[in-house]
Amino acid sequence: MKIVVCIKQVPDTKGGVKFNPDGTLDRGAMLTIMNPDDKAGLEAALRLKDQYDAEVTVVTMGLPKAEEVLREAMAMGADKGVLVTDRVLGGADTWATSTTLAGAIRNLDYDLIITGRQAIDGDTAQVGPQISEHLNIPVISYAQDIKIEGDSVIVERQYEDRYHVVKAKMPCLITALSELNEPRYMTPGGIFDAYKQEITVWGRADLKDVDDANLGLKGSPTKIAKASDKVRKGAGEKVTLDPDESVSYIVDKLKVKHVI
Amino acid sequence: MDFTLSKEHEMARALFKEFAEKEVKPLAQEVDETEVFPRETVEKMAKLGFLGIPVPKEYGGQGCDPLTYAMCVEELSKVCGTTGVIVSAHTSLCCDPIMTYGTEEQKQKYLIPLAKGEKLGAFGLTEPGAGTDAQGQQTKAVLDGDEWVLNGSKCFITNGKEADVYVIFAITGTVEKRGRMTKEISAFIVEKGTPGFTFGTKEKKMGIRGSSTYELIFTDCRIPKDNLLGQQGKGFGIAMHTLDGGRIGIASQALGLAEGALETTIQYVKERKQFGRTIGAFQNTQFQLADMATKVQAAQLLVYKAAMAKATQKVYSVEAAMAKLYAAEVAMEVTTKAVQLHGGYGYIREYDVERMMRDAKITEIYEGTSEVQRMVISGSLLK
Repeated sequence: MKIVVCIKQVPDTKGGVKFNPDGTLDRGAMLTIMNPDDKAGLEAALRLKDQYDAEVTVVTMGLPKAEEVLREAMAMGADKGVLVTDRVLGGADTWATSTTLAGAIRNLDYDLIITGRQAIDGDTAQVGPQISEHLNIPVISYAQDIKIEGDSVIVERQYEDRYHVVKAKMPCLITALSELNEPRYMTPGGIFDAYKQEITVWGRADLKDVDDANLGLKGSPTKIAKASDKVRKGAGEKVTLDPDESVSYIVDKLKVKHVI
Repeated sequence: MDFTLSKEHEMARALFKEFAEKEVKPLAQEVDETEVFPRETVEKMAKLGFLGIPVPKEYGGQGCDPLTYAMCVEELSKVCGTTGVIVSAHTSLCCDPIMTYGTEEQKQKYLIPLAKGEKLGAFGLTEPGAGTDAQGQQTKAVLDGDEWVLNGSKCFITNGKEADVYVIFAITGTVEKRGRMTKEISAFIVEKGTPGFTFGTKEKKMGIRGSSTYELIFTDCRIPKDNLLGQQGKGFGIAMHTLDGGRIGIASQALGLAEGALETTIQYVKERKQFGRTIGAFQNTQFQLADMATKVQAAQLLVYKAAMAKATQKVYSVEAAMAKLYAAEVAMEVTTKAVQLHGGYGYIREYDVERMMRDAKITEIYEGTSEVQRMVISGSLLK
C-alpha cells in the first residue's frame, strides 16, 4: 500500500507573526512547526505503515526552508519526501495550492492520500477536499479513526454531536483531525538518517496536467484586502456583584451594545 | 572554527527539549519530593532510543555521536536532574565500557538490550573506603573453575536497585609495579538476580532524589568466567577510561541544571515586582543575569568541545575533566544565584530553583570530584 501525506510548515504561534507588503505571511521570517492536523495525518499513515507495511511519502509545498518539515516527517518514520518549491507558486491561495499539490501527486503512485483537516495559519479546511476533486477521487473529511479493509478504508468521520462511519474504495483522500491520535516523537537516529536521505525537489515544470493560470498569486481567486496581527485587547471591565445584580448588569450591557 | 550546530543536531535538540518539557518537567517536583524512581519516563525514553544514543545501530543503538548524547542529558537536566543522571549513568558508565571492551558475545547479550532500553545499566566502582582513591578497593573476585566468585560491597551506586546489568570492579590479585606490590583490578558484568548479589540501604540524598542510589552487596556471588569485561588486570584502566566519558555526561547534566535555573530566573525577574517595578529592572539583577549567562555559555562550549573530542580523539581526559570541573562549578554558582534572585520564594520547595540548587551540588562530587578534575588537568600540564 502506498500512502501520500500532505504536510505544511506553518508559523509557530509561540513566535510572532510577520507579513509581506502584499498581506501574505512572511514565512521565511517566522518560527515554524509542522501543522498539527497534518502531523496527526502523518501519524495515522505511520500507524498504517506499522500495521500493513505501507510506504509513506510526504509532500509539501513551500519555500526551500519547508524541507525541514519533510526531514522531521522522515525522522518520525516517513519513507520519502517531496518538496514542491518554485517562485511562481508563491502567494497561492487554497485553489492554487490544491492545483499545485494535485499536479505533484499525479506523478506519484498512491492508494491513499491523507491531509490535515486545516492549517493553523489559513484555517480554511479547503485544500484536502480540493485535491480530491482535482484527482477525481472520493474524500472523507474530519477523520477520527481510520481502518483498512481489503481495498477499502473505513473511517469514523467526526460530525458535531455524533460520528459517521464511512466506507470508501481506495484510492481516496482522507482529511485528519489533530484529535485523531497522539503523534509519535522523532528518534535521535531517525533524525540523522533523515538528513542522509535524498529529498525530491520539484518545480513548476514537474507538475503534471496543471495550467499556469491556476498557480501562484496570479492564479489565486482569493484577494487579500488587508491582513493584520491580532489586536491586543484591553484588560476589560471587572465588577463584583451578587448573582442577581450581575445578571441584570450583563443584560443591560448587552442591550446597550444591541446584542439583545 | 564554526560554532554553529548542524541541522541534525538542532533537530535532535528540539526533540529532546520537546520530550523534556512534555514528559519530564511535569513530574520533576514529584520525583524529587517522593524520591520515587521515574520508571514510566525511563520506559518512554527507551522506546525513543534515548538509552542508546551513542551506541551503533548494529547493537541496538541510535548510532549518533557523543554530542547528540550530551545534548540529550543537557535538555533532560534542564527540567529534571534525576532524569539526566539516569540516562548518563546508564549510557556512559554501563553501555560505553561494554561497547568499548566487551567481546562480541557480551555485546550481543548485554549491549543490545541496554541500548534498546529493555534493560537498565549501572556501574560499581566506589566503596565505603574507596572514593577518590579507587585503588583502595576491597571487593575481591576469585576464579573458581568456570566461575568468578565475588565478595565485597559497592556504595553510592546510581540506578542501584533499578538496573539489570552492572559493570563491577574487583581485585583479582596483586602485581608488582615499579618494585611495589599493587592490587590487580578487573572489571566484570554482573546481572541482577545473580545469587549472592543483594542490595543494602537506599541512600537519602540532598538532590537527584528520584535516582535510585543503593549499596550493592556481593556474598559468594558466582558469575560465569566469560563475564570478565576486558582483560584480567586491566580494570583500573577500564574504570578511568569509562569515567572520562562519564564526566562528559555529568558535565552535560551540570550544564542543563545551570541553563534550567537561568531560564527560570529570567522568567521570574520579569514578573516579580518590588518597589513598583519588576526586579529585572534593577541593575543588580541585570548584572547577575549577565554573569550567569556568560558562564553558562562558556560551560556549554567546554562541554560540547569535550563531546566532540570523544568522537574524534582516542584520549580526551583533559577535555572531559575541564568540561566537568567548569560546568559543575557553574551549575552550583548559577543555581545559587538563581535562588538568591528568587529571594524567599527561592528557598521554598514549590519553586524549581530550590531543587536545582540541591541537584547541582552532586555534579561537583560524583564521577570525580572537582579536586580530582584539577589533578587530571594539572597532571597533563606538568608531565
